[in-house]
Amino acid sequence: MTDTLDPRSWLYPTPRGLYCKPGDFYIDPAVAVPRAVITHGHGDHARPGHRAALATPETLAIMRARFEDMPDTQQQPLKYGESVQIGEVDVELAPAGHILGSAQAVLAYRGQRIVVSGDFKRRPDPTCPPFEPIPCDVFITEATFALPVFHHPSDMGEIGKLLRSVATFPERTHLVGVYALGKCQRVIRLLRAAGWDKRIWLHGGLMALCKLYQEQGVDLGDIAHVGDAILETFRGAIVLCPPSALADRWSRRFADPVPAVCSGWMRVRARARQSGAELPLVISDHADWGELCQTLKDVGAPKVWVTHGREEALVHMARSIGIDAEALHLAGRDEEDG
Amino acid sequence: MQAFAALLDALSYQPARNAKLRLIETYLRETPDPDRGWALAALTGGLDFPAAKPALLRGFGEDKIGPELFHWSYDYVGDLAETLSLIWETGPDAGPPPTLGEVVDTLQRATKMQTPAILKRWLDALDATGRWALLKLLTGALRVGVSARLAKQAAANIGNKSVDEVEEIWHGLTPPYRPLLDWLLHDAPKPSTNAGGAFLPPMLANPIERAELEALDPAHFRAEWKWDGIRVQVAASGGVKRLYSRAGEDISAAFPDIIEAIDFEGVFDGELLVRRDETVAPFNDLQQRLNRKAVTPKMLKEHPAHVRLYDVLWLEGEDLRALSFDQRRARLEAWNAEKPRARFDVSPLVIFTDWAHLATLREQMTSDGIEGLMLKRGDSAYLAGRPKGPWFKWKRDPMLVDCVLMYAQRGHGKRSSFYSDYTFGCWREADGKRELAPVGKAYFGFTDEELRWLDKWVRDHTTNRFGPVREVAPELVLEIAFDGIARSTRHKSGVAMRFPRINRIRTDKPAAEADTIDSLVRLMP
Repeated sequence: MTDTLDPRSWLYPTPRGLYCKPGDFYIDPAVAVPRAVITHGHGDHARPGHRAALATPETLAIMRARFEDMPDTQQQPLKYGESVQIGEVDVELAPAGHILGSAQAVLAYRGQRIVVSGDFKRRPDPTCPPFEPIPCDVFITEATFALPVFHHPSDMGEIGKLLRSVATFPERTHLVGVYALGKCQRVIRLLRAAGWDKRIWLHGGLMALCKLYQEQGVDLGDIAHVGDAILETFRGAIVLCPPSALADRWSRRFADPVPAVCSGWMRVRARARQSGAELPLVISDHADWGELCQTLKDVGAPKVWVTHGREEALVHMARSIGIDAEALHLAGRDEEDG
Repeated sequence: MQAFAALLDALSYQPARNAKLRLIETYLRETPDPDRGWALAALTGGLDFPAAKPALLRGFGEDKIGPELFHWSYDYVGDLAETLSLIWETGPDAGPPPTLGEVVDTLQRATKMQTPAILKRWLDALDATGRWALLKLLTGALRVGVSARLAKQAAANIGNKSVDEVEEIWHGLTPPYRPLLDWLLHDAPKPSTNAGGAFLPPMLANPIERAELEALDPAHFRAEWKWDGIRVQVAASGGVKRLYSRAGEDISAAFPDIIEAIDFEGVFDGELLVRRDETVAPFNDLQQRLNRKAVTPKMLKEHPAHVRLYDVLWLEGEDLRALSFDQRRARLEAWNAEKPRARFDVSPLVIFTDWAHLATLREQMTSDGIEGLMLKRGDSAYLAGRPKGPWFKWKRDPMLVDCVLMYAQRGHGKRSSFYSDYTFGCWREADGKRELAPVGKAYFGFTDEELRWLDKWVRDHTTNRFGPVREVAPELVLEIAFDGIARSTRHKSGVAMRFPRINRIRTDKPAAEADTIDSLVRLMP
């Protein structure tokens, strides 16, 4: 490490996104750029139109599925643990435990190492390898759930709530709102682990990514498109759909549905009520407060930059344990994606 | 507690009435007693704890994570109880979470000082939803969109009964509603509202004076003696037998002789007395039996308890409270005539023609066991509380005696700086000398102005001090009014007054002319 090197001199936010000067590339840029490093496939991190994009093979597969194959983007797959030099910077991708293919970007320049963690979580996820703490000089962390009120309960416990509700209302259809990428497949895997081996029905908008997960070797069991199946089929069934479809005309085909929503925001009652959920399930792909605090200790970085979310609380906490922490404001982040 | 918390949680998100009913029904079916009964009480507003103050919760939160983080958290969540429930973490060594029954039972017995420590232990043991439910219980309103009526509807549904049937018996039931749930779920007999020997709020009378009676039509009123014991309620149902004080305190344990003698089902209003053969003993005899943890066989034999019945509220599963006094009285007399009982009898009506006649009867009644007369409208329903108009108490004129002030002590509360507790005595001969023997103590009966006068008199005539007590020169005569007098081994003078108060300050009377112990003894029955 070079004492005189200011990390802000080679990695800093710009209106287009977080820019690495000695490598001349952006990380998760908000707009199309000549060269991008993409941490994971969610829409606020992976955008179409870059001339060159470096990401894990899984993330590139997700991007192709979402962006019509991206024929105009030069795709550079980089497996976890392998490294590549871009300009004067060594780039490596390490598992972030967020969704399939999600990675932390580990950047090394003149003996200084900065980890851009992207979105991450610390608890086990049956659809992706776990987060790997990388010792570094600067750690850039998300702060989506950076308040002590956010403590995600056990995900199997939340799935238990869903199955209990199905038992209480056997004649109703349980409509579970999930994000199409990551949450959907994780919830299916959790349901399987909890013993639900019946067919799980899917909204059309979830089909493509589930198919992709299956191709990547994630076993989802018996899943099927709701399509034109007759109403009677859905009594006592579990149907997954994007959260927006819960209030949509689409949901009216089901008899007296129970709307459920899977998200870390469901921890707070006012937020859960706003979502219209009768059955809020706290299942999140982001680190909760305890995991964020633990991660800062695990990576041991003397400097921490805090992005998207409730920065002030995490900055306060980091400073209280002697870390030089500050907020880093990035363009284009959608904090509501929880 | 966790199951109850899950129920509240689900209810709070459930907008549809039928689904709410289903949630409550499922909970009531699946949760064991007594928790499900306590939950029903919580949903119907039947639980009453000393509320936890917001400052206590805020203090807990700030201690846990520091004021800054707590402030940001509260700011985001917008609800204090919810914020605390979310930031608290389940302790690894906290032990099993409390049951709802345990929570209710502990809180009802805990002192204000003990509550914070108990609360912390529970917060450690519960999960976030459990903590939220606990704090909602403690801070008052549950606000889960369930009316008492809806909760009762759910209860009715689990037994395929109509909600009206549940409502009809509801007001006589007390949490945790075991007989109700047994009826609904296990085909047990339908509870009457005095199920489980529940206490029913009594009807009380307003005082009245002779002059005020002239405005009332004597034909509308029935009179009965006001016996000098303590007002009680005898409640028996489903094998549970209870004796309650007027305030609802269960005093069964001190009166096993009464409890054993209960061979009926019903709720009765009456006076608890000590009765030897046909005679009602002075109040002092009853006092020997009150406030005792253990009752000795000797005590039971020498001070046998008796209940003189005034009224009947329930009889054999039927609520009689809406009937008129005359109708209830007829039922009471018929019930009594069917099977006379040694430990229970019916207080007789006092037959009179007009108020003057009744006044004469009142004057002539000299028995020590009687405090005065009760006047009750013949058409009065039995109403809880002290309604104005239907019932009056016309107490006997007090006995009067002239005593000499001996000691004074400072009072409490707003009287804390005044000498307001007075010990007074009467004369007696001992070893050829005339001396004062203390006979009682009075704290009231005087006006504020008289209090200031007495206080100054005490300060000006102090002859000795013993801590907070001043001995005064034996010069001031006080006219003491009291409702009864009995022999006492506890008092040095050998007599004990009932309800003594200062009637008049007799500055006109020399101390030497005050009454003697002998004249007091002559007042005894």
